[in-house]
Amino acid sequence: MTDNTFEPTIIGFTCNWCSYRASDLAGTARMKYAPNVRLIRLMCSGRLDPTFVLRALSDGADGVMITGCHPGECHYIEQNYKALRRYLLLKRVLVGMGIEPERVKLVWASAAEGAKFAAETTAFVEEVRKLGPLCWGKDEGERIKDESKNKNSSFITHPSSFEKEVPA
Amino acid sequence: MTERVGVYVCHCGSNIAGTVDVVDVANWAAEKLGRQGVIIAREYKFMCSSLGQELIEKDIKELGLTRVVVAACSPHLHEKTFRTAAKNAGLNPYLVELASIREQVSWVHSDKVVATAKAKAVVSGAVSRVIENRPLEEIKVPINPNTLVVGGGIAGIQSALEIANAGFHVYLVEREPSIGGHMAQFDKTFPTLDCSACILTPRMVEAGTHPNITLLTWSEVTNVAGYVGNFHVTIKKKARFINEELCTGCGICQEKCPKKVIDDVYEAGLGYRKAVYTPFAQAVPNFPVMDKENCTYFIKGTCKACEKFCPTGAIDFNQQDEMLHIDVGNIVLATGYDLFDARRVSNYGYGRLPNVFTSLEFERLSNAAGPTSGNIVLRDGKTTPKSVGIIHCVGSRDKNFNNYCSVICCMQGLKFAHLVHERTGATVYNFYIDMRTAYKAYDEFYQRVLEEGTLFVRGKVAEVTDAARNEREKGKLIIQCEDTLAGKQRRIPVDMVILSSGLQPRKDAKEVGKLFGISCSMDGWFTEKHPKLDPVATMTEGIYIVGCAQGPKDIPSSVAQGAAASARVLDKILQKEVALEPIKASVDATLCSGCKICNGLCPFNAITFIEDDKVTSINPALCQGCGTCVAACPAGAISGTGFSNEQIIAQIDGLMLRNLEMA
Repeated sequence: MTDNTFEPTIIGFTCNWCSYRASDLAGTARMKYAPNVRLIRLMCSGRLDPTFVLRALSDGADGVMITGCHPGECHYIEQNYKALRRYLLLKRVLVGMGIEPERVKLVWASAAEGAKFAAETTAFVEEVRKLGPLCWGKDEGERIKDESKNKNSSFITHPSSFEKEVPA
Repeated sequence: MTERVGVYVCHCGSNIAGTVDVVDVANWAAEKLGRQGVIIAREYKFMCSSLGQELIEKDIKELGLTRVVVAACSPHLHEKTFRTAAKNAGLNPYLVELASIREQVSWVHSDKVVATAKAKAVVSGAVSRVIENRPLEEIKVPINPNTLVVGGGIAGIQSALEIANAGFHVYLVEREPSIGGHMAQFDKTFPTLDCSACILTPRMVEAGTHPNITLLTWSEVTNVAGYVGNFHVTIKKKARFINEELCTGCGICQEKCPKKVIDDVYEAGLGYRKAVYTPFAQAVPNFPVMDKENCTYFIKGTCKACEKFCPTGAIDFNQQDEMLHIDVGNIVLATGYDLFDARRVSNYGYGRLPNVFTSLEFERLSNAAGPTSGNIVLRDGKTTPKSVGIIHCVGSRDKNFNNYCSVICCMQGLKFAHLVHERTGATVYNFYIDMRTAYKAYDEFYQRVLEEGTLFVRGKVAEVTDAARNEREKGKLIIQCEDTLAGKQRRIPVDMVILSSGLQPRKDAKEVGKLFGISCSMDGWFTEKHPKLDPVATMTEGIYIVGCAQGPKDIPSSVAQGAAASARVLDKILQKEVALEPIKASVDATLCSGCKICNGLCPFNAITFIEDDKVTSINPALCQGCGTCVAACPAGAISGTGFSNEQIIAQIDGLMLRNLEMA
C-alpha cells in the first residue's frame, strides 16, 4: 500500500530533559523536518505507559515515536532502560494485535542532538508513509470506506463477514 | 464543573505569525473547541510582553477563566512567565498549559497550511490536557545549614573555606591521610611560578583549624540518602591506628618505623615513606596513618616500634573503622582527577624505558621537598640530563584514548621546560599538536619560554625508542616525530623524556556519581546542569560539582568553581527553605494490591513497601517525578501529579482531534 499522497499522523512522546530539548534546539536552529509528528512532553521516557501508544493508535495515529536520553545519560539515572524494556515488549504485543511493529519507534536523542531529532523524525515519517494508513481506531464502517478508497473496487467486504473472520 | 478555558495565540512578531495563520488558529479554537470549554480565544503580537500578560490576567479576573492555554514558544522558555501571570491573577499556576507552536511548529516547518493545521492540533491537545490539570502547590522543605564537601584538593578547600567563613558548618571529607590534593605534589604553579606549597599550605592550615570545619581525612562517603536540604550521609572513617586526641604530630613514630614502603600516591612512585606516615611534612592534619597492609606488626605480630617510642601513647593497634552519620543540606563534590596512565601509549615507552617520566613524576623530581631535593636527574638518581624532550597531549586529543583536550598540559609542558632550562641548562624540546595557552598571562609565559631558548616542534610524536641508528643516537632516547612545520620526519636524541599526560575522570567516578545521584558525560566527567549558564550545579538539586571532577581545568578555574559552588550553597542556606516542583507520584492505598512491581523501579529509593498494610508507599520528598512507577502499576494505583494518565490521554485525544467528535 504505497500511496505517495498519504500523510501519516504520528504522535511523539519526548523526554523533558533530552529529546524535548532536542526538538527545541531543532526549532532554534530552524532545521526543517516533516510536520507529521505531534509531540507530547513527559518528564521521562520511563513515564511512557504502553497503553498511551495503543491509545494514540486507536485514536487514529499511524505511528508513534518514543524518544529518550541515550543509555547511561538518563536524567533519572536509569529509567530509559525501563522504557526500552517496555518498548521491546510492546512491539511483541503489537504483532499479536496485527499491527506492524515498525509503526512504533524508539529513538535516543540528547538535548544537544537537534539535528538527529529532526532527521529521525523525517525518516520515521517516511517509514510510516510506506506502511500506509493504520485505520485501526476507526469503526468498522469507516474502515471499509477507507479500504475501498485505497484498494481497487473489486475488493468488497461486508461488515458482517468481517466479524466472522475475527476469532472470538 | 465545566471549565472556562482561555486560549492565547502568540504571534511572536513574525516568528510564529510568519508560518502559522495565528488568527485562523484563534478563531478555530474559539469555534471548534467551544464545547470543550474554550470561552475566549485571542491572538496577540507578543504574549510574553507585559501587555500580553495583562491581557491574560484581565481575562482570568473578568471572565472567570479556570484554565489557560498559551500557544507560543517552548515551555522551557516561558512556562514560568505565564504561570506567574496566572498566579498574580489568582489562578493556580499549574492550571496554565503552554502549547509550543514556535519551536515545534513555525520554526521547523515552511508550508503555512500544514503548519497552521499542526498548530491547531497542538492547541487542541493542550486544551484537552489543561482541563485535566489539577491545582498544585510547590513543596517547601527546610534546608539543613550544614554542608558536605567531598574532596580536599584546592577546589574543595576553597569551597569549604568560603562557606565556613560565612558562618556555616562544613564537613570536609578526604580519602587520603591529608588534604591538599594534587596541588600539594607540585613544585611551581604556572604562569607566575609561585611555589605551590607556599600558596596552598596556608589554605590547608586554615581549613584544618577553622572552627566551622570538621575535617574528616582518611574517610570516605559510603551512603547518601535524602534530597536537597535534607541529605543523610554515612561516612566511613577508616582506622588510623592513632589516637587523634593524644597525637601531637611530633613524627617520632615515622622516624622509628623500620618499614620502608614505595610511595605510589604522593611521591608518584619515586620515593619512600614509612608504614606509619604522613604523606608530607606540611600535611593537614598532621596525625600519621598506619598502613595496615605494610606494617610489620600487622603482618608478623611483632615490632610495635612506634608504640614503644611514642611519647604520648597515641598508637592504638585496636582502633576500628568508624561509621559516622551526618545530616547536611547541600553537597559539593570536589573529587578531582586521575592522571592518564601513560603506559597505555606503549609507543612512548613509559614503564619500559627508564628515562621516560610522567608529568607527576617530574613534579616530584623538581620539587625541593621531593625525593631528589629538587635535582632534576635521570632514573639513576645522579646524572643530570643534557637534553630533555617534553611530549604534549599524551592520552588527550587522541581517538585511541581520550578525545578531549586536558586543558592544563600545554602550560604544564611549558612550566617543565622552564624548570629544566633554569636548573640544568639542558636543551629542551617541546613536541606539541597545537599550543593552547589561553587565559590571563598564559601566552606571555609561552613567549617567555620561547625567549629562554626552548625548542618547539609541531607534530604528534610517533615513538620514543632506545634503538639507535647511529653514533649520535647511541645511549639516548630517540623521539621520532613528523615536524609538520618543516614538513619532514625527525629523529631527536635526548637523555630524558617527560610525558605531559592528560587528566581523566577518577576510576570510581561512575560509582561516585551513582552514590550521589548525578550523571557522568560520555567521557566520565560529572555532568553540570548547564554547560554555560549553570556550570557548578547538577541535575540533582543540592549537589554541586567543582574542580576537575567536572572536567579538566587548571588551579585558578578550580578555585573559581569552588567559590562559585559556595555561593550557590549559601544562597540555598539563606533561603532557609527550598521549593520543589510538585511533580510527584503517590499511591492510592485502596487500589494497591501489594504486587511490588514498582518497588524495584525507583533509583531514588522513594518507594517502600509497608509490610503491616501490605501496600506500597512513595515518599514525596524523595520522589523526583519521573513517573516510571506510574506507568508500571498494573492496578493504576499510582498517580503522578502534573503528568497524570488523564492529562496525557486527554492530550493524545486532543492532538488527534478526537475531542471534536466526542464533545
